[in-house]
Amino acid sequence: MESVFTFSILQSALELGFIYSLVALALFISFSILNIADLSTDGCFTLGCAVGAMVTMSGHPFLALPAAMAAGVCSGFVTAFLQTKMGVPSILAGIIVNTGLYTVNIAVMDFSSNVNLFGCDTIFSLAKEVSSADWYGNCYKIAIVAAAVLIVGVILAWFLNTRLGLSIRATGDNEYMVRASSINPVFTITVGLCVSNSLTALSGAVLAQYQKSCDINLGTGMVTIALASLIIGETIIGKGSMFKRVVGVILGSCLYRFIVAVALRLNVPAECLKLVSALIVAFAIAFPYLKGQAAFYKSHRIHGRLGANNGKGGDGNVDA
Amino acid sequence: MVMLTLKTVSKTFYPGTVNEKKALERVNLELSKGDFATIVGSNGAGKSTLFNAITGSFYVDEGQIILAGEDITYRREHIRSKVIGHLFQDPMKGSAPHMSIEENMALAYLRASTSSHAYFSRISKKDKRVFREQLALLNMGLEDRMKQPVGLLSGGQRQALTLLMATMVTPKILLLDEHTAALDPATAQKVLELTRTIVAERGITCLMVTHNMHQALELGNRTLMMDRGRIVLDIRGEERKKMTVDDLLARFREQAGEGLDNDRILLS
Ligand SMILES: Nc1ncnc2c1ncn2[C@@H]1O[C@H](COP(=O)(O)OP(=O)(O)OP(=O)(O)O)[C@@H](O)[C@H]1O
Ligand SMILES: [Mg+2]
Repeated sequence: MESVFTFSILQSALELGFIYSLVALALFISFSILNIADLSTDGCFTLGCAVGAMVTMSGHPFLALPAAMAAGVCSGFVTAFLQTKMGVPSILAGIIVNTGLYTVNIAVMDFSSNVNLFGCDTIFSLAKEVSSADWYGNCYKIAIVAAAVLIVGVILAWFLNTRLGLSIRATGDNEYMVRASSINPVFTITVGLCVSNSLTALSGAVLAQYQKSCDINLGTGMVTIALASLIIGETIIGKGSMFKRVVGVILGSCLYRFIVAVALRLNVPAECLKLVSALIVAFAIAFPYLKGQAAFYKSHRIHGRLGANNGKGGDGNVDA
Repeated sequence: MVMLTLKTVSKTFYPGTVNEKKALERVNLELSKGDFATIVGSNGAGKSTLFNAITGSFYVDEGQIILAGEDITYRREHIRSKVIGHLFQDPMKGSAPHMSIEENMALAYLRASTSSHAYFSRISKKDKRVFREQLALLNMGLEDRMKQPVGLLSGGQRQALTLLMATMVTPKILLLDEHTAALDPATAQKVLELTRTIVAERGITCLMVTHNMHQALELGNRTLMMDRGRIVLDIRGEERKKMTVDDLLARFREQAGEGLDNDRILLS
């Protein structure tokens, strides 16, 4: 069993954890803060990956990142536009954009379903050339992704405490208050989804350069995976300051990748991973509810069935 | 100076269907600056709808709404709300539960500022000092809980906070829609006192819906009565000073042709 926890497994889990944590942060904005299930995440991730790959291929690995983010902003804008100006329910808006993005993504990849970046300069290959020291060769990748996530995380936590950030948070927290304050929900939802989708796309672009390829189906199931990371993060860190919660989401993503790495190591076939993610999400979302139920049944036993009114179920959710 | 003018304001919900509901019918109203009018009326008389018309949660079918000399009839809700305070009966509606007291107040505080750089401004030390001073006035110990999420506060505390938020930047008009009705009597009294003090100190123009007939006559300087989408009584001055709750109910019966039918009515 000792081989399960080798350094290289830990390392690649961390690398992927950091890269995918950008998607988890995106869902942190749309799902946790704005209270919108943004189902365009899968397509947007692929979009970022495709744009990132194409721009990298044309010899601009650094430009690839802002370019992908800009593409993500456009995608987020369309999703927001559909739900705020066209009356499309938010879930449907995401599904519609996701479907449309498939064609867009294929088009971006020059109508092929696969793009290879072998032989192209990437941010990773450029960084690798800086030094040939042994230790450096081991950790330059992780340093790059960690730095990227650190920068994004700090900016995001800062942003969510500005006036605009507070308005976005209020939008998802209390619709009545927003109507009575001078917050324009159309504006805050639009900004929120643009920021969130730009992070999703950035993640895709970094991944394209990391694995030197892009595939049209790369994003499938991304929303579930990111949600799993997000929920793991929120469960271990809990509520608190924005900074703390952002750190929690990043931790959750790394932890998720670690679980996946261990599963792979234990010879769980790669095809099963999506099922594993689905189970993790289902369990993590159900967990608070189950905990409440357990508390209810416990107090039910303690106080006896006779005369124990339902109110004694405490904070348990007893309407089931 | 006239603060609010409503000219023949009408609103029909679901027009042309079996559910058609004339919620406001050619309502005329003029409030001077500093007026504090209470509103009473049966269930479904259109009191809340009147407030919603003023705040802009829908556009009226007919008529004009003029606030402080500006025609706001077709102004969007979030723009109007810069200068309108609105409190609901439900204390949960006025503040964001997962955000801290401080953050909620910051949103209220910043709402009046129009400069675009304010989008990225954060809560400053000075802001916090202002919030703390204001919270201390409530005498609820909230000034020491500024980092706590608002969701942890009691209904009364939340409503007091909402009142503070609505008046932190003095609004041109304050709309109170039975804002103490969901609170226990002692807390309700406290929030009402607070309302009275804040409104009086700053001379805020105020409309308050209440189902307490006694309050309706005692608070403020005018009493309005609504029935089936119209304002049927507007009592002020000497007439109001002499009026008792029984007189008021009698006048209502005279106007509406039937008794005041409000299941939450309080005569004490
Ligand atoms: N958004 C809406 N859509 C459809 N009908 C509405 C809407 N708002 C109010 N109404 C209808 O308009 C009428 C007036 O309602 P309103 O809420 O203004 O009454 P109210 O005087 O505030 O009564 P209460 O004392 O019960 O609060 C009611 O018949 C109500 O059903
Ligand atoms: Mg009402």
